[in-house]
Amino acid sequence: MEVHVQPRTRTKMFCGCAIGQLGDPPNSNVCEVCMGMPGVLPVINKAAVEACLKTALALKCEIPRHTKFDRKNYMYPDLPKGYQISQYDLPMSVNGVLELDGRQVRIRRVHLEEDTGKLIHAGDKLHKARESFVDLNRAGVPLMEIVSEPDIRSADEARDYAQALRTLLRTIGASEAEMEKGQLRAEPNISIRRYGTDDLGVKTELKNINSFRALHRAIEFEVKRQIEVVEAGGTVVQETRGWSEAEQRTFSQRSKEFAEDYRYFPEPDLPPLELDRAWIEDLRRALPELPGSRRARLISDYGLPAADAASIAADRDLADLFEAAARASGDNKRTANWVIGEVAPSGKSPTPDHLAEVVTLVATGKITRDQGREVLAESMNGGGSPSEIVAKRGLAQVSDPAAVRAAVEAVIAENPKAVQDYRAGKVRVLDFLVAQVLKRDRQIDRSLANDLLKELLS
Amino acid sequence: MPLTRDQVRHVAQLARIALEPGDEEFYAEQLSGILEHIDRLQEVPTDDIPPTAQVVEVTNPLRDDVPRPGLTQEEALANAPAAVNGFFRVPSIQDEA
Repeated sequence: MEVHVQPRTRTKMFCGCAIGQLGDPPNSNVCEVCMGMPGVLPVINKAAVEACLKTALALKCEIPRHTKFDRKNYMYPDLPKGYQISQYDLPMSVNGVLELDGRQVRIRRVHLEEDTGKLIHAGDKLHKARESFVDLNRAGVPLMEIVSEPDIRSADEARDYAQALRTLLRTIGASEAEMEKGQLRAEPNISIRRYGTDDLGVKTELKNINSFRALHRAIEFEVKRQIEVVEAGGTVVQETRGWSEAEQRTFSQRSKEFAEDYRYFPEPDLPPLELDRAWIEDLRRALPELPGSRRARLISDYGLPAADAASIAADRDLADLFEAAARASGDNKRTANWVIGEVAPSGKSPTPDHLAEVVTLVATGKITRDQGREVLAESMNGGGSPSEIVAKRGLAQVSDPAAVRAAVEAVIAENPKAVQDYRAGKVRVLDFLVAQVLKRDRQIDRSLANDLLKELLS
Repeated sequence: MPLTRDQVRHVAQLARIALEPGDEEFYAEQLSGILEHIDRLQEVPTDDIPPTAQVVEVTNPLRDDVPRPGLTQEEALANAPAAVNGFFRVPSIQDEA
């Protein structure tokens, strides 16, 4: 699998042009350097090098003392220089590993290069186009290329690998790694082998994959296609194939038979890089705890179920919040539920103390779970601490069983049709009845109402 | 050794240069002359010299990640033979792959 990742930088790889946004006017983030004008010199972006080194360290790669950039020569309007500055035989790092749920995927190399411009072809299809339009805003944007060894055996594993990589990159702050924004582009190389043999068949490379779901589907489609080709007595051709999201299939993009002839040679405009050991050690020490070890610790230290630990560890901010709030509330499991169920989907973040307060208020029955949700939301919107909000709004749970029972019985009496439907097997009507109870008295706990309704209607 | 016609055609294809009839012989001779000239470098004894891609005594000239103004769209397109709606316009690349 080859994955291209845009490191988190403000400027391009070799010039001071700002990294544009999707939707910027074409050719508005460009300069003489990224447009390949004569007489200009590239200068390496330090932040891109650091992001690449951090990624290499997080993937347990070896980082050689010397690294250099090379020219990959090809004529195509997406790079006006006539070559891409990349790394060939002395990449920034080699021989790493990414741990996936007990499996290891070896990493062959992580290197730095530059992105290309964007071409828009007139007409709907490439082969019908008479002319193309070139936007160089993306030309020269830094990219890390992360290449794995052929250790991935299925579409599931490929998706897990890409997701684990994304989590890792976000945790260490090396990239936003948003697939939909093109900041993480996975290009699986796919081959099949006969059952019982070790020899891999001819591989195809898939491009145009914009989501984890598309990655999974594209691989499943391509594996099936290759099996059908071989079983029909044909041979798989080595080529690049594009994934069509609209048609849910792969199609041939360009044949690799007259192999690329990129005539790599060392970039004469860039002196080699000496990767100072002290610098590397500083970066290593500054790395945060990595998602794999954090997940293991959330299970062992906090007793979380594996699935909860995985979803919390996948986001560094959530994990920091969880650990602090769990310490404050003393209730790991409930805190995890609030983090996963309420905080994560909201896209906002309460302080750990506020979250712990809500967990405790609900756990001790002071307020209902629904009230807890509202209090948390208000608190995250700057409404103050949860206990202040509870006091201000006079919230309190009705815990008197007789009062709850009276409300439930009244709702049953008022809604004979719904009751009849429920008893006839339409169990979803229960939600409606619960809502009626809460409408009568918002202080009643939803689950209490739910349980009592079920009991009385059975 | 002189370049073959096939090699000339291959190089022309990589460089996206169209060849007229008769061009192959002309370029085969001309490019072979250039290569022969360059090959004289092989006569220099280099056994004791490490491979060198750079002779400038500079390492790690890194740039801080601070944006600076580049060209406006108008400036960027000023020298383009053809532009439309802020894009460079180029001939179809359909037969090139």
